[in-house]
Amino acid sequence: MSKEFQWIGKPTLRYDGVARVTGHALYADDLRLPGMLVGKILRSPHAHARIRSIDTSRAEALPGVKAVATGQDAPVTYGILPVSEDEYALAVGKVRFVGDEVAAVAAVDEETALRALSLIEVDYEVLPAIFDPHEAMVREDVKIHEGTKIANIERQASLSFGDVEAGFASADYIREDSFFKGAATHAPLEPHSAMAHFQDGKLTVWTSTQVPHYLQRYLSKVLGLAQDRVRVIKPVLGGGFGGKGEPLPLEFAASILARKSGRPVKITYTREEVFLTHRGRHPMHMKLKTGVKSDGRITALHFESLLDGGSYGSYGVVTLYYSGQLLTGPYVIPAYSFKATRVNTNKPPCGAQRGHGAVQPRFAFEVHLDRIASDLGIDPLDIRLKNAMESDTRTVNELRITSCGFRECLERSAEKSSWKERRGKLPEGRGMGMAGSIYISGAGLPIYFNPMHHSNVRIEVDRSGRVTVFCGASDIGQGSDTMLALVAGEVLGVPPELVRVVSADTDTTPVDLGSYSSRVTFMAGNACHAAATEVRKRILFAVAEEHGVSSEELDLRYHLVEIPGNPPKTMSFAEAAALAEAKGGMVCGSGGYTPPKLAGKYRGGGVGPSPAYSFSAYVAEVDVDRETGVVKVLSLVAAHDLGRALNPPAAEGQVQGAAVMGLAETLFERNDFLNTGQHASPSLLEYKVPTALDVPDVLPILVESVDPEGPFGAKECGEGTLCPAIPAVINAIYDAVGIWLHDAPITPEAVLNALRRQRQKE
Amino acid sequence: MRVIRFTLNGDPVETGVRTEETLVQTLRERFGLTGTKQGCDLGDCGACTVLFDGAPVLSCLMLSSDAEGHSVQTIEGLSNGEKLHPLQKAFLEEGAVQCGYCTPGMILTAKALLESNPDPSEHEIRRALSGNLCRCTGYTKIVSAVKKAVNSD
Repeated sequence: MSKEFQWIGKPTLRYDGVARVTGHALYADDLRLPGMLVGKILRSPHAHARIRSIDTSRAEALPGVKAVATGQDAPVTYGILPVSEDEYALAVGKVRFVGDEVAAVAAVDEETALRALSLIEVDYEVLPAIFDPHEAMVREDVKIHEGTKIANIERQASLSFGDVEAGFASADYIREDSFFKGAATHAPLEPHSAMAHFQDGKLTVWTSTQVPHYLQRYLSKVLGLAQDRVRVIKPVLGGGFGGKGEPLPLEFAASILARKSGRPVKITYTREEVFLTHRGRHPMHMKLKTGVKSDGRITALHFESLLDGGSYGSYGVVTLYYSGQLLTGPYVIPAYSFKATRVNTNKPPCGAQRGHGAVQPRFAFEVHLDRIASDLGIDPLDIRLKNAMESDTRTVNELRITSCGFRECLERSAEKSSWKERRGKLPEGRGMGMAGSIYISGAGLPIYFNPMHHSNVRIEVDRSGRVTVFCGASDIGQGSDTMLALVAGEVLGVPPELVRVVSADTDTTPVDLGSYSSRVTFMAGNACHAAATEVRKRILFAVAEEHGVSSEELDLRYHLVEIPGNPPKTMSFAEAAALAEAKGGMVCGSGGYTPPKLAGKYRGGGVGPSPAYSFSAYVAEVDVDRETGVVKVLSLVAAHDLGRALNPPAAEGQVQGAAVMGLAETLFERNDFLNTGQHASPSLLEYKVPTALDVPDVLPILVESVDPEGPFGAKECGEGTLCPAIPAVINAIYDAVGIWLHDAPITPEAVLNALRRQRQKE
Repeated sequence: MRVIRFTLNGDPVETGVRTEETLVQTLRERFGLTGTKQGCDLGDCGACTVLFDGAPVLSCLMLSSDAEGHSVQTIEGLSNGEKLHPLQKAFLEEGAVQCGYCTPGMILTAKALLESNPDPSEHEIRRALSGNLCRCTGYTKIVSAVKKAVNSD
């Protein structure tokens, strides 16, 4: 591939873009089947209660009700992580948060289904509830899950790398800080929706999921069906961000109801139910201690985190390890230790949200680093450049760093924002702040241990020249279908807009583990590259044989096979494909991707390793109103090392969208709960997702470090791009008005209080 | 139940509706026009925006009975056969569409804006779109798409 790319690096239109702009794209809630019933879920009004009994007889007797389900219909635990399978499809024995799923009904219409819910009688024994994670650490008399050994601590991890004591001993300056990052939730525009149909002993579920494969496995487990009796199809999906990244109650409830009623059942969550389902950002209490030499070089770091996990495990054990494991970049940390604790509380479960596990510690560390720089009189850019990690190195916790464009991210964002020229010279109330970040391009290990590929792709070419890519990858709006068409097209010399993609259907597509941990471009992209390379060889071999030349002499570009000779000849891709089919039967190829063995040789060493890491450096410019405390972000320069931009507009869109999501959870969004356990703001009006008026244009800078193992050199760009937005703003607020804020999200009130304290000190 | 008659994407239509039925339900369930999205059913997100006598309305907050005698345009009524409306084309080409759930409402809101203000400033575009939430794009490319559509006319 030494020649210039045909389509890589140029704008490729979204694979199914026309359907999306004309309203023809079908999302899960747009689907209907003849005889379809409406499903609804009864939720707990209590934060913590024992279920003494459930009487569904009146609901069942209501005309129009076709099925009623309770936990007893499927008393089998599940959970996205095999180490914490602590959920039931519907509650068994206990409810653990306001909104926990208790029963479900399927009826001929929504009105009947809702009336039936009101007829279900649940006898609860209300138990004391815990909402504060610190209380959860010590409350032995209240056990949210019976299995926890100490109080309500689900998991603790304590790891140490290098000589931490010596690191601190050699430091010229040591600083300690505490931070808190509050909860945020995904709030995708599309509410979750699942339609299930049980026929001929086989279950089919059309659902808004990021992980069809994992869902298939758990539907099989919970419903007691062989895996080959379960088919999961992901229709067009309206945004996930992690919130649809694990099996969820509606998928089980719709399936149970479909089996009981013998009719298709669809459950679509109300917006309030989307908030209650959550699985979003863990509230995290954090402590940091860093030692540096007087020139700012880091000698040691210690980090502690307390994660408020809410009522169930979800992805929490992974969140816990990520919170510690990903702090060893993008700066060289010669000695490092961390202690992380996840507790259960009686709130909706926290899980994975864009930037999973890295967002909170990154906020804390980058602000902490600026405080150190400020204490030592070093420019925030210089302290970052001084400590920046380099390519082809290994971190103290054994993370293998291959390509690394962090230094370039720092330099280019500083240059674009005129950091050196403008910082400190802005008008009153204005300031600039900087932050860096590192993120994984997919987890090095699958969620359940198995020796198979993490991603598989099959490509078929028929005699018309039509290329079809089959892959289990789940396009959740980020554009993974387009990426597959582009990668296959580039290898096969077929314009990406002519490549068909069939994805995310467990009956017809080979397994890809799903859209989580920012893995899809890297892993499915590599699998697709391998499959397309196999097909390319097949076709070129046939042409070579026909023309009596060696296949190495042939080239396949822009829909033509170029055959050397005097005169040189060409053959259309379709002719070549037909020739290959005539010579050797159906033209197809498959490819897979498994990351290299990277796990550290210690407990927890499986979380953090990735085949490649992305890097970012952002510069935010803010205006702080001293009278009102309102912070306005005026601009955000966002440099991100994504290896290679396969499709630049799509990559820019990821950077811009993630950065704005980061700004949102810095300044607007609060996923808070009342002291009775009710969600404080379960609507898109009160949970303040920003509007077009609330955010600046984000200026993306795509840094291409060309990863040696990524498809055409590409790495992730959908998640790491959120991380630096939060600390860049907080650091800019300090530059603007001289206050340090250690709690995010920030409020005008917090700004005013900090300004008041500042005046009192003076 | 009552029978209403109105103009839907240029065609006269007639349908029975329940008294409490909202326009988004009628469009999606009785006419199969599922391009009109239901993001919250509370009037917060703008995904269900349709044009009502040319003006953007939240179809989840409007009773279908109130459509009697009026004209309703949905996203399905925007393109002319295979020929996309300039806004649809611009959204596609600018990369303003990610998950696409907000897109129908965004495009219809933008259409109403451009009809009343053919050359809006960036701030006017952002203000007009501020009732339509997007969770994917960060809005930058949506704003550029609207600007591009202005220039393509």
